[in-house]
Parts: sequence; C-alpha cells; structure tokens
Amino acid sequence: MEEDQINLFRTRILERKPLRIRGGSSKDFYGGPLAGDILDTRAHAGIVSYEPTELVITARCGTPLAELESALAARRQFLACEPPRFGGATVGGAVAAGLSGPRRAAVGSLRDFVLGVRIMDGEGRVLKFGGEVMKNVAGFDVSRLMTGALGTLGLVLDVSLKVLPLPAGDASLRFEMPQDKALAALNRWAGQPLPLVASCWQDGVLTIRLSGAQAAVAAACASLGGEALAAADEFWNGLREQSAAFFAGDAPLWRLSLPSVAPPLESPGDPLIEWGGAQRWLRGDADAAQLRQAAVAAGGHATLFRGGDKTGGVFAPLQPALMEVHRRLKHSFDPYGVFNPGRLYPEF
Amino acid sequence: MVQREHSAEMAQDFAGVDRALLLADLARILPAAALLSADEDLKPYECDGLSAYRQVPLAVALPDSEAQVVAVIKACRAAGAPIVARGAGTGLSAGALPHPQGVVLSLAKLKKILHVDPVARVAVVQPGVRNLAISEAAAPLGLYYAPDPSSQIACSIGGNVAENSGGVHCLKYGLTLHNVLRVRAVTVAGDIVEFGNQALDAPGYDLLALSIGSEGMLAVVTEVTVKLVPKPEQAQVIMASFDDVMKAGEAVAAVIAAGIIPAGLEMMDKPATAAVEPYVKAGYDLNAEAILLCESDGTAEEVAEEISRMKAVLETSGATEIRVSQSEAERLRFWAGRKAAFPAAGRISPDYYCMDGTIPRKRLGEMLTAIYAMEKKYRLRCINVFHAGDGNLHPLILYDANVAGELERTEAFGAEILKLSVDLGGTITGEHGVGYEKINSMCDQFGSDELRAFHAVKRAFDPEGLLNPEKGVPTLHRCAEFGRMHVHGGQIKFPELERL
Ligand SMILES: Cc1cc2nc3c(=O)[nH]c(=O)nc-3n(C[C@H](O)[C@H](O)[C@H](O)COP(=O)(O)OP(=O)(O)OC[C@H]3O[C@@H](n4cnc5c(N)ncnc54)[C@H](O)[C@@H]3O)c2cc1C
Repeated sequence: MEEDQINLFRTRILERKPLRIRGGSSKDFYGGPLAGDILDTRAHAGIVSYEPTELVITARCGTPLAELESALAARRQFLACEPPRFGGATVGGAVAAGLSGPRRAAVGSLRDFVLGVRIMDGEGRVLKFGGEVMKNVAGFDVSRLMTGALGTLGLVLDVSLKVLPLPAGDASLRFEMPQDKALAALNRWAGQPLPLVASCWQDGVLTIRLSGAQAAVAAACASLGGEALAAADEFWNGLREQSAAFFAGDAPLWRLSLPSVAPPLESPGDPLIEWGGAQRWLRGDADAAQLRQAAVAAGGHATLFRGGDKTGGVFAPLQPALMEVHRRLKHSFDPYGVFNPGRLYPEF
Repeated sequence: MVQREHSAEMAQDFAGVDRALLLADLARILPAAALLSADEDLKPYECDGLSAYRQVPLAVALPDSEAQVVAVIKACRAAGAPIVARGAGTGLSAGALPHPQGVVLSLAKLKKILHVDPVARVAVVQPGVRNLAISEAAAPLGLYYAPDPSSQIACSIGGNVAENSGGVHCLKYGLTLHNVLRVRAVTVAGDIVEFGNQALDAPGYDLLALSIGSEGMLAVVTEVTVKLVPKPEQAQVIMASFDDVMKAGEAVAAVIAAGIIPAGLEMMDKPATAAVEPYVKAGYDLNAEAILLCESDGTAEEVAEEISRMKAVLETSGATEIRVSQSEAERLRFWAGRKAAFPAAGRISPDYYCMDGTIPRKRLGEMLTAIYAMEKKYRLRCINVFHAGDGNLHPLILYDANVAGELERTEAFGAEILKLSVDLGGTITGEHGVGYEKINSMCDQFGSDELRAFHAVKRAFDPEGLLNPEKGVPTLHRCAEFGRMHVHGGQIKFPELERL
C-alpha cells in the first residue's frame, strides 16, 4: 500500500508539470504565491517507528503533527523545537516550512532536530539521507538542506526527528518592563546558567518560561522574582499557534529575525518579541524596503510572514553568488521545475 | 587551463596542471615564507592525524588574510589545480590529505579571535583559531564554546566546521552544527559568501547546515561566528562498573529511558581501561568488563537531583560498583582517562586505527560482542571507547605497520565494523568525516542515486570539482570498481555500471 502511494506520487511528478505540495493546508499563507496542481501528501501518513530510548521518531510526511506529538506525550517526550501546528499541520509540511516555536532560542530549531529524510526528487527517485542516529557526518547534510526549503527541492516522504524527555519542572513568570529593559534582561539572563527556555515581550510585559530539573526551576523562580503566570500552557501555545490576540486580523504580519541584542527597531506599532530578542513580530503596512534594510543593518533579515503585498517577494533577497548556488541546487534536485515553483523565491 | 565539469561517474584527471606556472602565480600573491614548494618543507603536510595515508602536495600556501585566500583560490582555479584546505591537521579521516597535483591551503595563520561579545554570547573568530582558545577567551565572561573534541587543544574551528565535530558533551550541548551561527567562506570562484548571519536563521536554503560537515569540498571557511553558552555552576560524574558489556549497553538505554539527558555518557571496555590506567591513574575499576562515565551539570540543586536519579538507574541496571566524583579534581581525573584513550593506545601499540561508526544505543552490546569476534578473525587487538550516549563508537584497532600484512588486516577489520554499523541502522562516521579514509565504505551506506545527489550538491558550489577532490563522496566508478557487490534488498547496488 505504501508502495502504491509512492508510485502515485511518482506518476504525478513524472508528468513534469508544476505541483503544489500540500499537507494539512495550514501554511497556504506562507511563502510566495501558490502555483501548480495540488499534490496532497496526506495519504502517505503514519508513524513508521518510535524508539523512546533512542530519542528518535520516524513518521511519514502526511502524519498530522498533533498525532506525532501525542505519541510522544504518551511516553513523556516531546518535540522541543515546538513547530507550529496552525490547525492541521503535517510532519512533512512542518519540515518543509522549517518553523520553530517559543523554545527555539534555548533548544534549537526544527532543523537541529532533523536526523534524516527520505525524499522523492524531480525525477521520481527515492533518496535517503541522514538516518536515525544522533551523530552522522557521512555525505553532505541534505536532510537539513530540505528543512525550510518549502518543498522546492523535493517531496519529503519520511522524516526522522530527535525527541527529548519532557522536563520535570516548569514555571512561567511575568515582569512589567519597557522594551529596552526587557531586551537587556533577556540577554543578561541568557548568559547565566538559568533554565530559561522561552520568552515573550509585549505591551510592557515580559513573560518568561523556565523549564528543566525541578530543583533548577525552583531556584531560578526564587532568584528572578516576578509574578507567577497561571494558564501558562495556554499562553505559550497562543504564541506557538499564533492564536494570541496580537496575531488576529488581516494586517500584514512581518517576522524579523535579528541578533538578540539588536536595539528596539523604529516601527509604526509595538512589536511582539520572542526568542530572547531574536524573533520580533510586527503588524501593519510597514514600508517593505525600509524594514528589510533595517533588519539587514541590524544583522538579520525580514520576512513578510502572513498577508500583505507579496509582489515585492516574501523572503529577504539573497546575495547574487548565493542565489546562483540556490538555482543550481534547485536544478539538480528538480531539473524540470516541478516542485512548488515560486514558493521560496520568484527566480525558481 | 584544464576545465572540466565535476562528474559523479569518474574521478578527474589533474595531470595537466602546470606546476611551474602555478608556483609563479602563487609567488606573486604570497611572500616567500608563506609559499612552500621544496620537498623537505612539504613533508610535514603529507598527512593529517591519520598517518597511514600520505601524499606530498604540489605546494603549500599559507595566506594570512582573507584577501590572500581569495587570490590563492583564483590562481589555483586558473591553473585547474585542486585546493585542499587544511586547519591544524588533526583530522582522523585523511580529509586534509594533499592531492599530488594540488595546493594545500593552510588556514593556520588566520588565527585571530576577532570579537567576543559577552552580551550577545557570540565569538567571531578566524578559521585557524584553536577550539580551546575560544573557550579560554570566553572563560573570564563565564561563557564557553560547548563542542569539545578530545583534540581541542590543537584542532581549529575551521576544521571543526568542516567535520561537524563533536565531543564528549554533545549529547546535551550538540555538535558544531548546533553551535555555529554564521560561516563566512570563499567559493572556488573567489566570491566571499556568508552562510547564516548574526540572527538565529537566514533566508533561503539552509546553506549553513549544508556547509557544516562538508569537509572542505564546498567552500573555504575564512570566518566563523560561534555561540557561547554559560558555564554550568557545577558538574559531577558517576563512574559505574559492569561485569558484562551487554549490561553496560542496556544501562545506557535505561538512563535515556528514564528521561535523563546526561551532560556526557561514555563507555570504555576492559582492554581500554587496562590501557589507560597505568598511564593516567584515573582510578578505573580494572576488574569491570566495561565502565560508564555518566555526567550531570547545571546548578548545584539540579546536579544533586540528577546524580541521584542516574545512580538509581545504574544500580537497577546491574552496576557492580558506583563511584561519584567528590571534587572537581576527582571529576577531571575520571575524565582524564577517557580523554587520554588515543594516546594510551599509542603507548601500548606501535600504531592504532580509530573507527568512528554510530549505531542505535540499544545495539551497543551487540556491536562490542561482534568486535570481540572480529579480533579473533583478524588476529588483532581492539580497545573500545564509545560516546555511548549518542551511540558513536571509537574502536581503536591496535597494529604494527612494520609487520607485513597488519595494515591490510586492520583496514579490513575497520571496514567490517563500519559495514556492521550501517547494518545495525547506523552510519560509517559520527564525527570524524569520510575524507579519503572511508570513501569506499560510503558505497556500503549509499546507493548510486544518493551519491549522484551528493555530487550534484558539490557541483552547485564547485562546478569544476577543484575543492578537495576524491574525498567525501566516491565516484560511481570507484564504487563499482571497489567491487562491493553487496546485495541490498535483492538488488546489486551499482547495477548500471560495468564491473572492472
Ligand atoms: C587525539 C585526537 C582526538 C580527537 N578527538 C575528536 C573528538 O573527540 N571529536 C571529533 O569530532 N573529532 C576528534 N578528532 C578529529 C579532529 O580533531 C577533528 O576532525 C577536527 O575538527 C579537525 O580539525 P583540524 O583543524 O585539525 O582540521 P584538518 O585535519 O586540518 O582538516 C580536516 C578537514 O577540514 C577541512 N578544513 C580544514 N580547515 C578548513 C577551512 N578553513 N575551510 C574549509 N575546510 C577546511 C580539511 O580540508 C579537511 O577535510 C580527534 C583527533 C585526534 C588526533
């Protein structure tokens, strides 16, 4: 049956017509304009293997992320990078988008947790890279190249992900603080051995999450002070899933990825700041060119994450030498331009 | 000018490189002292840390600036000559093995720590900076660079990036990949490019991840921004003895199953402890069939909590003796034995060969048992030190290169361990890289489609195949010629190629 599904994918791909790979359609909003006929991945679903003592789970691309996460939760483990579900996200879509949630600055991004992939390339070949072990440097790291490529290099069939035990201790604290003070505090705390795993600053309030050994969390709560936050899971989930009020409505949503120490940027409205200062969200009709330039000047980049006018591109433009490498990589994995044309960059 | 497209099928022929012309070009770029071409000067560069493979290069270039690196690369490209980047030369897979028609591009003179930022917790360093020098520079700030290969006093950060090096603490703190934010590099075309940036991600394909572990085959690294992390308040290590290697292997899985991620989790077998103890006097239990070193770090409260949980798991798993380090000095002594395993092998045997496969943790005992059988088959001794927590094995095969046939038996022994690593669901290399050494074993791990894809990745950066040729990824011709007609799922692996 699995073979049949793979053959169906292959037949579609070998038609050499543009395909729009789609899992749970939870991220249709993300990236460049949608083009091509839909290739639905959801029939290729299910957990292939899960070995709690190996800290690794392998699942087919169409598996709902929520299903994978509940399998982990049953064994007191989790995907520490917290990729958003945005409703019905699938494992393949999560890997293709490469997005990570609130804990990212402390634990690493989704790409850091990808151990291996099986993909189908633009000529219908099934290729396997990486594997299920933690350390593996045989061959180029193609599994991580696939992560965040928005499906433009191939159809991700199966993914092996590293998982971690759920921390025993967990607490969230709140502080009233203006933006600059919050950024300073976050950077100072991150340089201390504290179990600080997530942060959010918005409207003069800094919220942080401590997670780790119970003793360490208790000690950190005592030394940091602040006010304990009730319903913490709901709060962090609201950020992860962008269901928090800040993200509501149709105004364009910009994502700025910056060095955590970047000073507050000039912006029309107040940002929402995550990842210890390294991820900042803005709402509204900012001047795209100006915003991109400010982000680059600060050492990072800006993405038009949701909504807005995509004609100017969604992702920050690349240095010409790097664009050339992108084109060649695209051409070698997908010589006929089948996969998600224009979803990452208009050039391919 | 010899210019051909890098191909997946056949190795390139560089016989046409005009040595005199290239040397003259390089002499215009570099001062005389920074360009070596006399035989006696080339000799020290003929191998890396794996001295079984040796080759004198055409020349060695020692630039001291990025601009010179660019110029050297352009000159080599104009001559169609291979470029082999070299850091400190401690690599264990003959990755920096010179090419006879090529130039060794040493980054050793680029050794400045450009910037340490205590607030942003990053260091910007040149590629020739030693791994340990970064942590030393960050120490006064209470920070350090987490990946700690045992070679850290010598190896360069450029080499670490090229190999995606690990260390004894990477189970908890990650590999080079997880600790590098940005790599600045020169392409074969002489363009200066940046992979990653000062933020946590960059637009486009993850070329940073792709470049880490690329063994000098995609670009030459000229600057690296690394993450620095706060030094844990405290660390303590448990030394646990087992009377059976299978039990020790199961204990490793049990620790992880208990929801613990130790800061380090290492295993040594009896021959390994016997080799290091007289030399280091670490206080190892010499009667144990295997010992585990299991470390906890963090705040004082955290360590106390974790150590007691670890102890309980190890006891339940059948440990015959458990000792917990009672002081920092004792902790360092327990580790000293582990960290000195390679030199200790060198003391008890004229030569040793270090393997680097990784397997699922639960197969550790099985692997050791198989290695003991191979010792008999190949009539060679092997001592075993494992990064058990992440399943990364370093069997050290002891041999004497002066005894006819021993090196060949050693290579066959090693290849069988790697083959078994693949068969057990693992990989031929966890952290040392493929280099020249494991190039044939790549044919065991990958089929021709994957190998073609690797070559295509290479071509995307280096269309003419000048950067470290004949390393990392075997040509399809090589795999066919190597004659490994392993039957995989009823199929011969390289059916499309003629057998020679
Ligand atoms: C005693 C001993 C213990 C070791 N322990 C460990 C360990 O615990 N963990 C571990 O992972 N490794 C270990 N190693 C292996 C080795 O130290 C690492 O692979 C190290 O990263 C190599 O660094 P180097 O500077 O010596 O690189 P080299 O040996 O000079 O080169 C290694 C590779 O990197 C490439 N390269 C070097 N510099 C650059 C650059 N600037 N740009 C592009 N490519 C470059 C070379 O072409 C080559 O392919 C050990 C080695 C020894 C001898």
